[in-house]
Parts: sequence; structure tokens; C-alpha cells
Amino acid sequence: MTYEHIPAEKFAFVQEDKKLRDKALETKARGFFADAMLRFRKNKSSVVASYILLFLILYAIFAPMLSPYSIDQTDKLYINFPPFIPQVAEMKLGFLDGARVYDSQNDAAMNYWRGITEETGYNPVIRTVGTHETQVKSRGKMVTRYTYDIEVNTYYATGIVYRNFSYADYQALQDWQNETGIQVIYPYVNPADIGGIADRPNIWYKVDNSGSAVLDKDGNLIPMYSTDTTAIGAEYNSIRIPGDDGSYVYSTAKAGSVQCRICYYNYYRYLNGREPSYLMGTNLMGMDLFCAIGVGARFSLLFAILVSAINLTIGAIYGSIQGYYGGMIDMALDRISDILSGVPFVVVTTLFQLHLAQKVGVVGSFLFAFVLTGWIGMAALTRKQFYRFKGQEFILAARTLGASDRRLMFKHIFPNAIGTIITSCALVIPGVISSETSMTYLGIVDLSEFAGTTIGTLLSQGNGSATTAPHAMLWPSLFLGLLMISFNLFGNGLRDAFNPTTRGVDD
Amino acid sequence: MLKYTLQRTLYMILVFFIITLMCFILIRMLPLPALPPEDVHTEIVMMRREALGYNEPYLVQFWIFLKNIFTKWNWGLSEKLYYGQDVWQIFVGKLPATMIVNLYSIIWSIPVGVSLGVFAALKKNTWIDYFLSTATMVVISVPSFVYAFLIQYIFCYKLQWFPFLMKGGSDYFSLPMFLSMVPPVLSLSFGVIAGFTRTTRAELTEVLTSEFMLLARTKGLTKAQATVRHALRNCFVVIVPGIFGEFIGILGGSLIIEGIFGIPGVGGLTLNAIRGLDYNIFMLSTCFYTAIGLAASLVVDVSYGFIDPRIRMGSKK
Repeated sequence: MTYEHIPAEKFAFVQEDKKLRDKALETKARGFFADAMLRFRKNKSSVVASYILLFLILYAIFAPMLSPYSIDQTDKLYINFPPFIPQVAEMKLGFLDGARVYDSQNDAAMNYWRGITEETGYNPVIRTVGTHETQVKSRGKMVTRYTYDIEVNTYYATGIVYRNFSYADYQALQDWQNETGIQVIYPYVNPADIGGIADRPNIWYKVDNSGSAVLDKDGNLIPMYSTDTTAIGAEYNSIRIPGDDGSYVYSTAKAGSVQCRICYYNYYRYLNGREPSYLMGTNLMGMDLFCAIGVGARFSLLFAILVSAINLTIGAIYGSIQGYYGGMIDMALDRISDILSGVPFVVVTTLFQLHLAQKVGVVGSFLFAFVLTGWIGMAALTRKQFYRFKGQEFILAARTLGASDRRLMFKHIFPNAIGTIITSCALVIPGVISSETSMTYLGIVDLSEFAGTTIGTLLSQGNGSATTAPHAMLWPSLFLGLLMISFNLFGNGLRDAFNPTTRGVDD
Repeated sequence: MLKYTLQRTLYMILVFFIITLMCFILIRMLPLPALPPEDVHTEIVMMRREALGYNEPYLVQFWIFLKNIFTKWNWGLSEKLYYGQDVWQIFVGKLPATMIVNLYSIIWSIPVGVSLGVFAALKKNTWIDYFLSTATMVVISVPSFVYAFLIQYIFCYKLQWFPFLMKGGSDYFSLPMFLSMVPPVLSLSFGVIAGFTRTTRAELTEVLTSEFMLLARTKGLTKAQATVRHALRNCFVVIVPGIFGEFIGILGGSLIIEGIFGIPGVGGLTLNAIRGLDYNIFMLSTCFYTAIGLAASLVVDVSYGFIDPRIRMGSKK
């Protein structure tokens, strides 16, 4: 039996009309990304982190729109004031009531608060936190004196302030009073009648030399409103306070303008058409923190994404060249990145600010500072990936088929490395945000003109008054802390999902 | 090994010079600060600038700068912040505060960090490990000024245990000084502890699962013996260079923490020099921070070789 010269008719087609095919897959094919997503979803902490991250990003986008204020609408008196929403404050829930604790308030101070309550109708004292009893020797006898720790609504506590108006403005304010029935202008009190006190407009009652209230025999405050018409500033033809028989004077003349006592809370309503309501309070500049954090976060996020994108591009190209060619080119390029990475970041930022801020703007020079050294990590990563892939068979095959260097680098090797590179980008973004925040916090870069404000600027403004107004530090810190934690967890989750083999290696 | 160390050192010095040259030229390119008008020293200042070669090309200026440093250790005079004082003297005066605060911080936080890491690795996949890993993650993510705020608010304001700012003066080892250093030391320590916990845990978990550990148990060592003699030694290959790096880093300190707690150290000086545009102080700070950064990475790299024989062999190839 020989297998040579087999006659043709011995051959027969196995099949002629039927098409031969593999058995169709019964399960649905799952791609690389779907697979990675499946692994990502199994990681509970990363999933939670990504929801928090989504929430924070939505906050940054929508908070400035939802806030009734823009960051330019600042108030000169409502500075570092705690969170306050009038509707919530009325419910006496113990939060959002603008409360700040005032320690050891004696009788004179308690009468001062009472004076504000009786005159403006806004009671600043929310509740008494503590009572201290002390024995004091007075006129040879031991007397018990009480002092109180009280929670005070800072917005109401501002009470009455002095303001100077032009005649037209004064009339406009009176018209508004007539229209709405809200009392803004209160009768004038001559400082001479209240012991010469000219810097405490909230005192409208009889006081002794030390400034404490003198009560009548029923324990009431005695009004000391001026009825002296000789120094009257301008005609008053609007609503009068209860108990006014028409003789009270509502203003005094001040060099071509009118000075009067106004209830600041109501004056704020006159100016803004609404009551003050700050969900997170105000900061040192009088900005609404709810809005300011959103504005700052918008900048930080956009800036970080931009920086990461640029660094990713530069680093990927640089690292590809290093990794692909290797040898002398690799070494020469490595020396350059060695030198650049040796320069401290503070120095880079400062020098760029000093040299370039006038030419390309503060943000531009800050961006250059980040780009100058930021790509080095990405380049090293890409280089490593290139070394890993460039010796493999599929590269040899592509080269044999005549692929050019560029094609090999960017069509064959780079796509294999892209998972690692993209996921490390998710870990680069929080790094950029952190450095940016530090630099603005330290005041080396001042972005407030361009971005309105940044988280770092808010933190440094809050830091000065961390004891009196901890909320001004708390909210930006909380936002930044959550952002960093969730970004890092999210990035770790992504990395583990895309590179299951490296899981747990460096965390 | 010696050759390798020498090579690396020389290379680092070269890099340092290039960076210094770049920064020097960039700083000299900036417009000079205006002198106070009608000042009696104007003429002297102008003469000194002439002597320093301010009208010459930048390379000549750099040569004069280097010559002054190598022959007289003269880093120039402050022209803004400490008018007319020697920059090096100012700088050296600020160094102890920074160093002591950072030294206290790492002295206690390295042992704590390493032990927490060991603990977490030994209790792997229990709630202790999860708790420690989460805490580490949180601490590493959150920037240091956030803790500084919390520490200042809780310990200095609410509880009033410590003063707000670091005490002035040079009695660095007195009790009030120590107390005033506690808040900054704590704020610095969190990051260090978390860093060491994370590295130690990662290294040790990897070593504990390797096969020589199984062999060690098989030949009859108890778990504790095997861990101490075999696992810990191996994971120290990574940790010890990190410790060396931290020790070099204590010179640098932290700009932010020094600012918040008013530490009279080099960080604050650098910040003031940047804000007040005192170029000579800034130049010295630049050199200083660059040198520290390079030295730390050099020490870390070289110590790997000294500690781990496998890497030492590799360097000979």
C-alpha cells in the first residue's frame, strides 16, 4: 500500500453544501472592560468610594448653582458666621441656627441681649448652656452672682448698627419700610444720654457709667430715645416703633448725609430681598461656604484632570521612546528626568510664578510647574511596561512583517500597557489636587482672581479663626478629605480590576 | 559595592550642580528688589552687587557664587527679610527647631508604624487588619493640614493641653518647649506611621506566604520563631532604607506644619523668603532642599545594596 500516486477519483469532498463552523458559544462573550467592571464591582469599598466621588463631583457642579449667593456676594458684617437657615432655626432643632457659645455672660450682658430682643424682636439667645454661681463681696456683704454660658444666634446678635445714608437712599429705605411693614430704621439715641457710649448702637436703654442697664422698679429697661429735633438728619415719614408717640427722632445729621440706627437683619432683607441663609455658614471673606467650596472644587477637579491628561501624554510618549529604544537613548533621557525630578516642587512653582505669571497668567504658570516634573512618574511606568512587552513574540512577528518603529510602539506595545497607564491616572489626580491645595494653602500661588477661590485658599482663610469659627475650617477639610479618600480608593479599585495579577502588591 | 556607591555619589553631585545652576540663573534673571530710597547703605549694596558680578554674564556670576561658597562658605547677605545679615547664619539658626520637631516625630512613629504593620500582617484578613488598612488608607489620603487643624482644635483649644504655637527661644529641651512641640510632632507623625504600617504590612504578607516560611515551619520552628528569624529579616530589606530616607528627610521638615504651628524653622524661613522675595535666602533653601532630596534617594538606593546580598550581587553584573 503506497500513498503515492493516488488517483483523483479516490478523493471525495467531506462536505460541499454545508459550511463548517465552530460550535457557537453558548455563553455571552465578555470583553476586557466588562471583565474589569465585574471585578471592580466585587470590591465593596471601591464601589462605595465611587458613589461618594460621584456625589462630590455633582456637588462641585451644582452647589454654586443651587446656592442663593455667588461667591462675589459677600457681606461685610456676616463674617465667619455659623450655619443658619431661618426656617430651620425657627424649629429649634439645635442646628442651622447660627449658634455660637458665649461664655460667662453677666447680668449686664444678659440685659444687653434682652435689649436687642425687645427692640428688634429677634431674640439672639437660643438657650443657656451652663450657669455659674460665684460669691462676690459687695459693700461688705457676700452676694451671689450668676453668670451664664449661652448660645447666641450670631445673625440676630448683630442687632442694630449705625449707617450713614444719602438723603435719597434714606428716603428709599423709608419707602421700602412703608411697602413691606418691616422696621429697619430705629429711633436715634444720643450717645450723651447713654453715658457717652458711641460704639455700641445696640444700647437704647438707660445705663450707668459702666454700661450696664439701669432697670425701673418693675424690672424693665428704660428707653432713652432722642426727642431732640435740633440735630435731626432728615424728615421721617415712615412706620414708627410701638410706644412712639410721634416725638422720637429717627436720624441725625452727619456732614451732608443722614446717620441712623438700623436693624441689620432687616436691612439685609432690604438689600438682598431675602433673609440671610447660609447652609454651611460664611467664611472670613463673608462668602457663602456652600457655594465657595463648590467653586473651589470645580477648579481643583478641572485643573487636576487637565494636568493629568497633559502629563499622561508627555509621559507616555517619553516613556515609550525610552522603553522601546533602550540603551544610550534610554540613559540620556533618564538623566534628564533625574535632573528634573531633583528640583523641589516648591522651588519649581515659585520660580515659574515669578517668571511666567505676568506673561501667561497665574494658572498658566502653575500648570507649567505641574507639567515640568509631573510626567516623570508616568514616563517611568510606561518605560517599565515597554520593557515588559518589547521582547515578546508578537512584536517580533510584527517586525518581521515590516512594521515601522512608530507602528510597533503605538499600535502593538502601547495598547497592551494602556490599562496600567490609565488606572494609574486615577491615582495621579488626587496627587495633583493635594499639591495644588498645599500650594494655594501656603499662599505661594494665589488663584483667587482666576478661580474665585480654591479649597486651599478657603482652608488658609479658615485656619486663622479655627477656634472662633471652626465651621469655616471644617467644611473645606471634610470635602477635601472625602475627595482624597474616595479618589484613592476608587483608583486602587480600578487598578486591581484592570491588573488582577498585581492585586495587593503595593497597598 | 564601593565602586557603585562612589559612582552614585558622584552622579548625585553632578545632578545637584546642574539643578543649582539652573535655579541660580533663573533667580538671577529676576528683577532685583528695589533698595529703600535715600538709604545710607545704597552705595555699599551697589558695590557688593558689582563685586558679585551682577553686571556680568550669568556663568561668571555663578562662578563667583561658587567661589564664595568654596573659599569662604559665603552664601551672600539677606537683602529683604533680615537686611544685611549673613544668610548662612540665619539659616543655621533656624535648623535646630526643624530638626528636633522632626526627630521627635520619627523617633516614636517609626517603631509604632512598623509594629502596627507587623500586627496587621500577622492578623491578615481579620477585622484588626481591615481596620488598620482602612485607617492607613484614610490617613495617607488626607492632607496634613487637616490633621493639624483637628489636633489644634481638639488638644489646644477644647482640652487646652498644649499651647497653640511652638514656644520661641532656644531652650529646646525644656519641658514647656517639649509640650509646645507635641501638636506639631503629632501632626507630622500620622503620615509617617501610616506610611510604615502600609509598607510593612504589604512586605510581610508577601514574605509570610513564600515557600521558605513553609520550610521553616516544617523543620520545626514555631510560628513566632519563623516570623522573627525569617520573615521579619526579609521584610526589613525594604523597611530599613525607608527609615534611612526618613532620617535624612528630618532636615527638610514640612512647610505646612511649620507654618501652622509657628515653628521657627527652615520651612517658615523658606516660605517667608518666597513671600518677601529674598533671593539669597531662597537660593540657599533651594540648594538645601535639593541636596536633601538627592541625598535621601541616594542613601535609600545604596542601603538596599548593603542590606540585601541579592541586590549587591546584581550590581556587579
